[in-house]
Amino acid sequence: MSRRGYEGVAVAVPVTVPYVRYSIRAAHWWLARALAEVISRSGLKKESIDGLSVSSFTLAPDTAIGLTQHLGLSPRWLDHIPFGGASGVVALRRAARAVQAGDAEVVACLAGDTNHVDSFRLTLANFSQFARDAVYPYGAGGPNASFAFLTAYYMGLYGAKREDFGKLCVAQRANALKFEHALFKKPLTLEEYMAARPIAEPLHLFDCVMPCAGADAFLVLHEDFARSRKIPHVKLLGTIERHNAFASDPVQMRAGWALDREDLYTQASAGPADMDFVETYDDYPVISLMQLEDLDFCGKGEGPAFVREHTFTHDGSFPLNTSGGQLSVGQAGAAGGFLGMVEAIRQLTGEAGARQVEGAKLGLVSGFGMINFDRGLGSGAAILGTAKA
Amino acid sequence: MERPKRKNPILRTRLPTLPPAARSRIALGLTAAAAMGRFELQQCRDCGAVQYPPREACQSCLSVRLVWKQQPDNGELLARTVLHHSNDLFFRERLPWRLGLVKLACGPTVVAHLHESAEKRVRVRAMLDRAGQAVLAALPEKEVNVADDRQLREFTCDPKFRKVLITDGKTAFGQSLVHSFAKAGADLIWVGHSEPWKKFAGFSELKDIPQVTLLPLDLSDSKNVREVAAEIGAKVDIVVNNAEHHRAFGIANRAGVETARAEMDINYFGLLRLAQELGPVMRARGADGQSSAVAWVNVLSIYALANFPPHGTFSASKAAAHSLAQCLRAEMRPAGVRVVNVFPGPVDDEWNQLLPPPKIAPAALASAIVKALQEGTEDVYPGDVAQEWLARWRDNPKALEKELSS
Repeated sequence: MSRRGYEGVAVAVPVTVPYVRYSIRAAHWWLARALAEVISRSGLKKESIDGLSVSSFTLAPDTAIGLTQHLGLSPRWLDHIPFGGASGVVALRRAARAVQAGDAEVVACLAGDTNHVDSFRLTLANFSQFARDAVYPYGAGGPNASFAFLTAYYMGLYGAKREDFGKLCVAQRANALKFEHALFKKPLTLEEYMAARPIAEPLHLFDCVMPCAGADAFLVLHEDFARSRKIPHVKLLGTIERHNAFASDPVQMRAGWALDREDLYTQASAGPADMDFVETYDDYPVISLMQLEDLDFCGKGEGPAFVREHTFTHDGSFPLNTSGGQLSVGQAGAAGGFLGMVEAIRQLTGEAGARQVEGAKLGLVSGFGMINFDRGLGSGAAILGTAKA
Repeated sequence: MERPKRKNPILRTRLPTLPPAARSRIALGLTAAAAMGRFELQQCRDCGAVQYPPREACQSCLSVRLVWKQQPDNGELLARTVLHHSNDLFFRERLPWRLGLVKLACGPTVVAHLHESAEKRVRVRAMLDRAGQAVLAALPEKEVNVADDRQLREFTCDPKFRKVLITDGKTAFGQSLVHSFAKAGADLIWVGHSEPWKKFAGFSELKDIPQVTLLPLDLSDSKNVREVAAEIGAKVDIVVNNAEHHRAFGIANRAGVETARAEMDINYFGLLRLAQELGPVMRARGADGQSSAVAWVNVLSIYALANFPPHGTFSASKAAAHSLAQCLRAEMRPAGVRVVNVFPGPVDDEWNQLLPPPKIAPAALASAIVKALQEGTEDVYPGDVAQEWLARWRDNPKALEKELSS
């Protein structure tokens, strides 16, 4: 059976509930704010939301179904996607199919987490069975330690230098200064990046995201419906998802994108060169390089050369993480997996203000999530285009 | 390793913390093997694939017939990191901390604590951490003393520069213990002797060892135990409770309960008295610098696992002591003080005169105990008889009972 496209799917109403470093609220508060914001900005009634997708790490003991009662929703389609950095793309894929099939008319995709002063430690300690048994007892460094291994291996294998990662971080900070919700408000220089204190060698302070509280959301609905209500929207042109790819690689240097990228570009009838901007999942800069390679913007191992060749601000030769990415906005738990998605929708609906990529028609959003043991398991990507594209 | 500086008594004693101790039940298989110094991983009985992290089903063929089996320990160090930040108190107090990512020759990639001189080719060992749970450590290919590494020393109970109490110096075994601990670099060795008005064989040789301090200690005397604890308790880093009362025979060959009561009084109540007096103060010193309180060794008997009818009441007292030692282990765990249980077969001494060889030599038993402390194991079955009993008991405890009764 041939693959069905994503015709008729509209993605709209990108919302960010302003992040804070610590919050005394529960995850429910953040998700409620996000939902209220998509409703008010779309002009829809609460009752019109008949599909709900929720991503969160700190919602326990509740799941998406408990949230329906908490928020007084009565959806006929419900999804819970606790997949961290992959959750934005995965939520979009599933909601898109629900809308195409008519199982739901308007799906609100929400991602949000709270961050109390001890939330992050507790999340790490109980992140997964494998993490609890085989990672956390080893220094309890959390993802910093795991990604330090990948970064060290990548640097050794492909000759990447700290300066290469630093160049991405510095450019993203410049982008973040033009995004009102970014938690980092000061410019970052390469000298400051290089001089930062070590966290888990070779990772230093500015290679690591800052955990925070926050929420992001968007709507998935039928194009005709969006048009009739005059809701600005973008089209979903293609999307892929893969979990636990290349399981026998002794150390992760690639993920599912490398397996599925042809499928992605074929769906969208476009290639890497056609993208006007890219939003990678940037929990650590090495992961951005892995995505650029696996999504064919350059060959495997050519990431360092690619970085040296390009500039990455919104007005640069390769606009990347145009709102600053998690490295400069903050990582609000599962909302981190939505950050690139809401930014891509803004860019393609012309709502990106001072950081608008000029004439942006096509953008690629990539997701990566869940370092269960020694590697991130989930990967996904979506190509979005302007409604006219 | 350098001799630690003298403790400044004015400064606050650091309180013990533990590394993260939570494990899934299936992961405790790694701990069970590490407790005996073995490196075992799950292997699929159907397709042979070696698995890690521990799991419920084979990742290759989905069989649930996964068994813990000893694995070759060699591997390649793929990447290393040094943590300068940790979310956990135990590690936060011990930063920086080295870690390695190792591809094992038997298949899986593992995260391991990393020895400072490890290079590309490493050996991986399963060790118990201070929480008593198994962790993997990557060591250099060449033989090294693990306890000389600042980090990995945390997983051992090395007697070097530590103060040791040996509860009975009157026996050949007790004297072998003293020699072994002196050789292993113990700083100070208190050696108990009951009935101090009597000189015993080997008394003057013991007195000549510079680290040794003899002190009257009778585990059947509550008052005496309390006084000894008050005098030295706050300084003891390692206890080796080797005092025992041992007579032959079971039930029918002896009239009355006096012998059995004497065995219980030393072997069981003696341990209880000592643990009540010394346990709390050792718990308070679980993280007291480089030479903190670190281990409590119980010399039990392989007869603690299954009764040996020719030494029936002795077996019963050792079974009681074993059970109490498990309780002690649980109570010492919050302080990271390891309870090491030793299960020797018959020792080559006067009370086992009628048993046929092989019997474990007192010196061999003593060095097995020191080795266990240096390597950080907690269940020790030294000698051929103990190993054979253990194998039979693990295979089928009921069969062992029948074998022993015939």
